[in-house]
Amino acid sequence: MKFSLGAIQYFWPKQVVENFYKQAADSAVDIVYLGETVCSKRRELKFEDYMAIAHMLREAGKQVCLSTMTLLEAPSELRELRKYCDNGDFLVEANDVGAIPYLQEQKLPFVAGPAINCYNHHTLRKLMSLGMSRWVMPVELSREWLAKLLQQPMVHDVRDCFEVEVFALGHMPLAWSGRCFTARSENRPKDQCELVCINYPEGRPVESQEGQQVFILNGIQTQSGSRYNLINQLPNMAGLVDVVRLSPQLTGTFDWLEKFRANTTGNQPQKLEKNDSNGYWLALAGLVQQLD
Amino acid sequence: MELLCPAGSMPALKAAIEHGADAVYVGLKDETNARHFAGLNLDQAGLTEAARYVHQHGKKLHVAINTFAHVDTFETWRRAVDMAVKAGADVLILADMAVLAYAAERYPKVELHLSVQASATNAAAIEFYKQFGVSRVVLPRVLSMNQVRAIARTSEMQLEVFAFGSLCIMAEGRCYLSSYMTGESPNTAGACSPAKYVRWDEADDGTLESRLNNILIDRFAPNETAGYPTLCKGRFKVGDDTYHALEEPTSLNTLSLLPELYKEGIASLKIEGRQRSPAYVAQITQVWRQAIDAVMADSEQFAVQHQWDHVLAGLSEGSQTTLGAYHRKWK
Repeated sequence: MKFSLGAIQYFWPKQVVENFYKQAADSAVDIVYLGETVCSKRRELKFEDYMAIAHMLREAGKQVCLSTMTLLEAPSELRELRKYCDNGDFLVEANDVGAIPYLQEQKLPFVAGPAINCYNHHTLRKLMSLGMSRWVMPVELSREWLAKLLQQPMVHDVRDCFEVEVFALGHMPLAWSGRCFTARSENRPKDQCELVCINYPEGRPVESQEGQQVFILNGIQTQSGSRYNLINQLPNMAGLVDVVRLSPQLTGTFDWLEKFRANTTGNQPQKLEKNDSNGYWLALAGLVQQLD
Repeated sequence: MELLCPAGSMPALKAAIEHGADAVYVGLKDETNARHFAGLNLDQAGLTEAARYVHQHGKKLHVAINTFAHVDTFETWRRAVDMAVKAGADVLILADMAVLAYAAERYPKVELHLSVQASATNAAAIEFYKQFGVSRVVLPRVLSMNQVRAIARTSEMQLEVFAFGSLCIMAEGRCYLSSYMTGESPNTAGACSPAKYVRWDEADDGTLESRLNNILIDRFAPNETAGYPTLCKGRFKVGDDTYHALEEPTSLNTLSLLPELYKEGIASLKIEGRQRSPAYVAQITQVWRQAIDAVMADSEQFAVQHQWDHVLAGLSEGSQTTLGAYHRKWK
């Protein structure tokens, strides 16, 4: 079982990002996803900065993937997408199907990100025929769904040709909008957001009127209010999941990486915190925390 | 420019045709479409009758099979495609790549439209879906008018946009908020904020609380109009403020954009609302028929008539309408 760091979902200052990846280089993580996947206005790091980090991580022995934007709307965003796809060096995670034709042109393999709608074996085979070498399962799917999908003969027969990755720690990306909710929360129009996301390096929590944390606002992205945490499910992933994804958090990410690695076979389970959830993996509502 | 109206039942379909729809879209009575609500949609016999009625009037029938096929019931989606074609559908509205591939291979002569649930928001994504023989793309409601224009001018694909109805503020087909709260999402179950999870509680002081799977979505004072607890339209707390953190209960209304949409060659205007009544469909269709006729007669002189706005406001969620993401200042 390999461990990966998903792309940083929040808007962090450049220095914070660079420090984070220095730690990643020294950590036991296997795969690192890099790039801006949420909002094209976030330009603390330019493409060249990400490439410099990518090379540094590769020298440290990590596999690096460049992650592309999820909600692509403007022609300028497609030009930036092309840069990622044309990088010539690193594997690319396609978070929108728009990236796939660019990668196909060059006969490059790609990772299908969790926001690409692959819900069944036929779609999975279709993506493989286009060059998919790793599939990140949509966050809303369960272990049961995954197991059924992988058991289908048309998938089972080619199981050694692709890897399966599962989002396993962090606030899950649940929706992308034409509206910027962080700007809205400060009563600013989207066009004059003044990049306020940088003030919320862990997003802005949204609570119900009873004080239950329901969502996290992260610019145009809405995340789960709970932290998804599948650490105690790792033994159930054996034989199904090849790569376990941890989503970078402002603090504690590398401690969690160590905890996850230590519990791969279930030897060191952790007590879940109050705001942790594991419902989706267990075929329940996403926000549910089922005790083990 | 086509007027494409919703129908969740035969009476609604007849209302749409009688009041001027060029085409009507419907779904089947199962989880293969994104309005899988109790008491709604058509079975095989209904679909056949619908096709006959629509064709008698020289109009077109579109069938939405636009959820994502499950692994163990994949046949249900294939059968839905077979059934729709057999019944005489002119167009299939599809979202899942596997269902698209099946329909394209099995029925190469049937027109395929890419559902909004496939979330094609840019020219590259549209390019991607060309391999499935798609002849039209329904654009998600997250694009601004400038972005719609840019796609219209760079892509030869026929485009369909949402003109009126409930406003989905998230990129459709990529929103898992509903399954996060209930376990069921539009992608997996064909419904957002499903009714079976809704609960209303009235407190002693007359305050009405709406809940979804026990999570408080909104609280209404006795004099307030209480809307259905669609989870993104609730009032939540961010920082010190309690407000509609994601979206107000309001409807999309693009009447004022009609000349621009016409000028950009948008092929079809879609009215949302298969869950609505025949009376609603009749009124909406009538207004949009008049508006489209007016813009096609003379787009330079087109002006939104007060009476149209009045009718549409009366049919809108919270009696409010918005241009949504089409409008730059949206916040």
